[in-house]
Amino acid sequence: MKTNGGAALIKALELEGVDVIFGLPGGAILPVYDPIIDSPIRHILVRHEQGAGHMAEGYAHATGRPGVAMVTSGPAATNIITPLADAYMDSVPMVVITGQVGTAGIGTDAFQEVDTVGITRSVTKHNELVTNAADIPRIVREAFHIATTGRPGPVLIDIPKDLVDPTNPNSALDWYWPDSVDLAGYNPRLDGDPALIKDAAQLIIAAERPVIYSGGGILKARAAESLLALAELLDIPVVTTLMARGTMPDDHPLCLGMPGMHGNYTAVTAMQESDLLIALGSRFDDRVTGKVDAFASHAKIIHVDIDPAELGKVRRPDVGITGDCRLVIDELITALKQIGAPEVQPDRSAWKSTISGWQEKYPLTYVQSEPGDLLKPQFVLEQLRDNTPDDCIVASGVGQHQMWTAQYWKFNHPYTWINSGGLGTMGFAVPAAIGAKVGRPDRMVWAVDGDGCFQMTAQELVTAAAERIPVKIAILNNAYLGMVRQWQEMFYEERYSEVYLSPDLPDYKMWAEAMGCVGMRVESPEDVLPAIQRANEVDDRPVVIDFRTDAREKVFPMVPSGKSNSDIVVGPEDER
Amino acid sequence: MSPAMRHHILSVLVENKPGVLARVSGLFARRGFNIFSLAVAPTDDATRSRITIVVDVESAPLEQITKQLDKLINVLQIDELAPIDAVERELMIVTVTVSAESKPELLSLTEEYSGAVLDESGDRITVSLGGTPEALDAFTSQMGTAVVAYQRTGRIALPRITP
Repeated sequence: MKTNGGAALIKALELEGVDVIFGLPGGAILPVYDPIIDSPIRHILVRHEQGAGHMAEGYAHATGRPGVAMVTSGPAATNIITPLADAYMDSVPMVVITGQVGTAGIGTDAFQEVDTVGITRSVTKHNELVTNAADIPRIVREAFHIATTGRPGPVLIDIPKDLVDPTNPNSALDWYWPDSVDLAGYNPRLDGDPALIKDAAQLIIAAERPVIYSGGGILKARAAESLLALAELLDIPVVTTLMARGTMPDDHPLCLGMPGMHGNYTAVTAMQESDLLIALGSRFDDRVTGKVDAFASHAKIIHVDIDPAELGKVRRPDVGITGDCRLVIDELITALKQIGAPEVQPDRSAWKSTISGWQEKYPLTYVQSEPGDLLKPQFVLEQLRDNTPDDCIVASGVGQHQMWTAQYWKFNHPYTWINSGGLGTMGFAVPAAIGAKVGRPDRMVWAVDGDGCFQMTAQELVTAAAERIPVKIAILNNAYLGMVRQWQEMFYEERYSEVYLSPDLPDYKMWAEAMGCVGMRVESPEDVLPAIQRANEVDDRPVVIDFRTDAREKVFPMVPSGKSNSDIVVGPEDER
Repeated sequence: MSPAMRHHILSVLVENKPGVLARVSGLFARRGFNIFSLAVAPTDDATRSRITIVVDVESAPLEQITKQLDKLINVLQIDELAPIDAVERELMIVTVTVSAESKPELLSLTEEYSGAVLDESGDRITVSLGGTPEALDAFTSQMGTAVVAYQRTGRIALPRITP
């Protein structure tokens, strides 16, 4: 069948099962936008290309399916680089299609030309400049395969305009669809080495103070059930990193919650005092380890990751297993049972009571505000948490509000927490929540955002209003770049430099209304619940609530940057 | 070169495609590691190229870079070649000034290095020499100030087949 590159691209996306594209057209990608009119694929017209990328990420986080974004060349390609880098850091499956100037114009500084594959090389799992229209079906097939298998990640396809323009002979091709993908240099290993699995099982069954260190890889491997089974088999406590919140239900007695720079005392200290860390799909990020030399210094390490480059990158494991977390955990469970689990194991009652002692002594705390004072952000989050469905999806931006949400929310289901962990992209929440809601229209989706973050990507609420995507945004508005303010207060002698934003410039309620959303402002504790209830009832447009919160509130606990996790500061009274 | 650093030779088999060299070299550039020498050419299979990279890196970061190289879709195989396990050669073209007295010495050295005279005019002569990188180093230092200019290919290497 004779076809052209543009039609072949859309057809290939349909065959890959794509149901939605987040995008914004422009000169070089124009020919591809024509066949979209006749395609069953839904296109969501964003207001800024960064929004398209984060929406695709939010969609992928919520559904497990690859998110797809399509934008034009030049400035559109550069605008989507932040989402690419974000997806690369957090291993989010995503395929981004960029238009490129015509083949003859490449390298001539043509209008809206940038070297997109050059610029994106270090922030994509793979990228490809199409040089021949006949390659389009194969390259699309390969892109989805690479994005979704092994350690997932973003793949970019850059397509020159002449190859997709039906009026140009360069776009002609005979349609085909490859049966399989043939990539000689790409063979991710999925099952674990049986000898190493046995070694790991021996370490686990002998450990007196084991802790499972669950990371985002558990979600990518769809391994939450396997994780639960492993933890319950030997009663091993589990910490869930920022990327892994929800992999183990927070209401499960074995779940210790979040470790790291703003982790709770028990999660941080259990890792620190453990004699065996079982790292599953986690990467010993500096925000988790604190000072690496002082991190869990008595612990042996089992490290399971599908990416062999993670094993030994930060901490050399005693047993390092390359493989898919779900398969390896299942293999580990079998191996443990073969050597007598759960009957055979040391008495761990002392370890358990130590842990529960920490939990009692060091819960997360804050002091409720006095009447007439601004809201405490933790209080708003508790109200939001307790008055939304258990399977509500929550997205956040980056900063204090992100940490409080990660701390105070009860994540009892996987794929309910969406945030920017590795790159720390402010402005992530609004578009990510929109993408998540598009992927999971059956779920309630809230974004918890900061006022600084909100101002970076709020324009996508216009997209959400136009497309009738009823996301709900809670702005914890403390009128500051709060996390920076916290560091200036604690580490720069309260010299506040360029962090003040003003509580009412812009007027968030009016801004929300101008964008077609329901806008509300809440200033006192008794108004928090009614506002949340009112927001929950809106199902035909986005809602934005401007919660006026106390800027003096800091995120605790905190392990100061560069310090050992043993130097954790539990609360303001503990500051030294 | 600090004591902890030393030459490492990586032999990287890649797909013979545009941009692959940039992907490979980018992983070194990202960390600020200098590539000491680089040789690239297609192999017996024209769809593949072999890149021989010599870098001065400590062993630990090199192991990490090697793993990251292996993640590149277009990279098929990576071998780190310990000098003792590899045969190595490098080609050099060198222009030197000669006098009537020194010319015979140069010609005999050229022969010793299985070289050839490529060009000659007045008191200048250009020869090509092949050998181990160390031998080429020895040649240039022996020639001393007589060297006008030279270009080396960077080393190429294959694993030894003798046990």
